[in-house]
Amino acid sequence: MPVAAPPDTGPVARERGLHVICIRGEQHVMQAARTARQLAERLGFTRNLAYHVATATSELASNLAVHAGGGHVYLRPLAGPDGHPTGLEVIAEDQGPGIVDLTLAMTEGYSTASRLGCGLPGASRLMDEFYIRSTPGQGTHVRAVKWRQAETPEPKRAAT
Amino acid sequence: MKKIPILRLNRILLVSIQEDLTDNEAMQFQSDLVNKVAEIEALGVAVDITALDVVDSYMARVINDTASMVRLLGAEVMICGIQPFVAITLIEMGRDLIGADCAFNLDQGLDMLKTRIAGRGDIRFTDDGDD
Repeated sequence: MPVAAPPDTGPVARERGLHVICIRGEQHVMQAARTARQLAERLGFTRNLAYHVATATSELASNLAVHAGGGHVYLRPLAGPDGHPTGLEVIAEDQGPGIVDLTLAMTEGYSTASRLGCGLPGASRLMDEFYIRSTPGQGTHVRAVKWRQAETPEPKRAAT
Repeated sequence: MKKIPILRLNRILLVSIQEDLTDNEAMQFQSDLVNKVAEIEALGVAVDITALDVVDSYMARVINDTASMVRLLGAEVMICGIQPFVAITLIEMGRDLIGADCAFNLDQGLDMLKTRIAGRGDIRFTDDGDD
């Protein structure tokens, strides 16, 4: 759902556990990655998993900066089956040109901006759940979730 | 714009990447380093990334490209100090994100560079009266 760009109130805005990072350029990518790492660590993720989340967030934020002309990254703790916040949700949203061929974009080694071409597939491999939706001309919405435990009892396939 | 200092130790150059680079900064860094290598005909370059905790595919590419450029000129390259978590994440992400040779730390990296350079039989290095 396209929303009007919120006013530029600093890079990170917080509201009830939700962190919003406005990505307007590559300089904000690091901010997103750092926030993701800190949030993951606060949720009790191991360092290893926290870096997975941070790196995947960096990939997604970097895509926003490079391909979409900016966008927003939303980070939010998710409650697991036992009601405790054991998951971290990363949403990257933009109103950029969109991705015409999603299968191609998710293909290893494919890149339009002379990058390594493993941004999206790499990010998806680092996360437990990964959903992507893109409408050419309207934008792209990526939702990725990482759970604190290695094995998750039946990950919920919630509609995005 | 951040500028990465390039330190010179005889015919070896030392660079330490402390923070994520934007596209422009990466370009600037690569051209600065390549020019410096050519200017002093450096025999080796040690790139220290101990301080980087998040290396995404873009940073991996910057590091790899820089190493390739330097090698094309004729210098040896060693990437030093990749953090354990960075290594795990890079491999999980896929493929050979870092193709250059690596060392635990700058100290070991320099030793390996010197061994390699000596192995080339390059008299310029010994002429410099290193050590």
